[in-house]
Amino acid sequence: MAAPALAIEGISKNFGGLRVSRDISLSLPVGARHALIGPNGAGKTTLVNLISGLLQPSSGRIALDGVDITNLAPERRVGLGLARTFQISSLFPSLTVAENVGLAFEARFGLDRRLWGRVRSRPEIVEGTAALLQSLGLLELARKRVADLPYGQRRLVEIALVLALEPKTLLLDEPAAGLAVSDRGALLDLLLRLPEALTILVIEHDMSLVFRLAQRITVLVEGQVMTEGSVADIRADPRVRDVYLGTRSHG
Amino acid sequence: MAVLDRDTINAVREGFTRHRLSWIDTLPFLFAALMYFFAARYLPLGTQVMIQVAFALSLDLALGYGGIDSLGHVAFFGMGAYAAGLYALYVSSEPLSGLAVAACIGALTGLVTGPLVLRARGLTVVMLTLAIATMLHELANTSAMKPITGGADGLFGFKIAPVFGMFSFDLYGRTAYWYSLGVVAFVFIICKLVVNSPFGLAVRGMRDNPVRMRMLGVNVTARLVTLYCVSGALAAMAGGLSAQVTKLVGLDSLAFLVSGNALVMLILGGAGRLYGAIVGATVFVALSDRAAAIDPFNWLFAVGGVLILAVRFAPQGIVGLIADWSQRLGWVRR
Repeated sequence: MAAPALAIEGISKNFGGLRVSRDISLSLPVGARHALIGPNGAGKTTLVNLISGLLQPSSGRIALDGVDITNLAPERRVGLGLARTFQISSLFPSLTVAENVGLAFEARFGLDRRLWGRVRSRPEIVEGTAALLQSLGLLELARKRVADLPYGQRRLVEIALVLALEPKTLLLDEPAAGLAVSDRGALLDLLLRLPEALTILVIEHDMSLVFRLAQRITVLVEGQVMTEGSVADIRADPRVRDVYLGTRSHG
Repeated sequence: MAVLDRDTINAVREGFTRHRLSWIDTLPFLFAALMYFFAARYLPLGTQVMIQVAFALSLDLALGYGGIDSLGHVAFFGMGAYAAGLYALYVSSEPLSGLAVAACIGALTGLVTGPLVLRARGLTVVMLTLAIATMLHELANTSAMKPITGGADGLFGFKIAPVFGMFSFDLYGRTAYWYSLGVVAFVFIICKLVVNSPFGLAVRGMRDNPVRMRMLGVNVTARLVTLYCVSGALAAMAGGLSAQVTKLVGLDSLAFLVSGNALVMLILGGAGRLYGAIVGATVFVALSDRAAAIDPFNWLFAVGGVLILAVRFAPQGIVGLIADWSQRLGWVRR
């Protein structure tokens, strides 16, 4: 049997006496669409930071395609095919959209150390950026500075950025956060069209998005896995309603 | 993958900022050439301007483009000055090889100190760079180093051979002037090439958002060390140039004032646009000179006053202000 795309085994993270993540285990087969839900403060973003390497776990291990990455620097993990988005779009505000996406291509091809030549005359950067922006319907934005874009478009640009890396596993930290309802449709369309072989772990509060995108769902409460199951299981689980769905007003 | 037509690719290519060499780039050099013919009296001042322009350009690369908040850039300047002075004293009086040696020492200084400094960000970088420069300044003055650096007396009594074996350094500073202009042009072109390169785009990315850069798989510290070495090499060339044209290297070439002044020049001219370094250094040196001629005791008031005005009314610097206005008036298109 092939190794899971992402395997988390007994991960814990303590900040002093505060146990933010407790013995979390998770296994995502290749091509999985897995959602992580839970009330605020459940430790969802902490888990994404642990997987992407911005935080070091206190115990436990993480493997990507069967390779132990627990002690690997974050940038090395990206090299192994892991990419992520942030809860608040993490882009390069003073650069144009083309340059933002171009930087991702540059990084993927290892061109960021090149002191000679011009960015504009590297076909793998310029044409790659053009093709990606076209496929996402973002061509019009190419020349705009990210700082001048409305928030909804920034979210789409950040997804373009991570797609340029051609990751094998993608972590999406609340992709719909702060988006208007009209923009959520565009985002969901985009996410549903992603390649099937891509493994996705998504944190999201928007349940309609989670139920349409995910195959399996893990519910995290106070740093622990409360339950894991298919979309139907989770929808039917009364405990989930209590701790999460019931306490949230939908709007 | 969808088929792309030429127009689409070209449209996206326009989205990548270019910093190509254009007619504007010749203006400062044209100005410098005109000065030679019409204001020969000020050639030594012009030479000082050019040394500072080269130094400010190197700082702009690190600070303006890369976001490295260096307050100790004089470390490179001083190392370059001592390297060029020692080279002229003990090895060869040939100037171009002297500059090359200075540049190598500058890059080496960046390679050694970079990994110490560049893991941090912001205020920590300010303090670390300042500390390293101060330590070098003290080190050059210790009795152990005095046989090499000359201590408070400095290095002197060395000769600089004619440039290309043809143009000897004259009493009026004509050769020194053209030589400095050549060095500045070289430094400027190197800066332009770096800024336009894929590395240059990565550098701007690191300034904007280092965390995102890491999450694209880039080893940010390693790239910043590279930038620090390039900037250090150019700063050391400015220091070497200063040593060669003044034929003197003193402790003041490692003094904090040099770092501070360069920072003021960048603020005056505008950081992160290369032209700001040229304009800022020119205005700063010319203003200091004129103000000191008018009032030798209180001339710093003029510099301070202009700095306050610039920060208040032109926070993007003089060049930033000009760029803003020319955009508003529709002279240039973004």
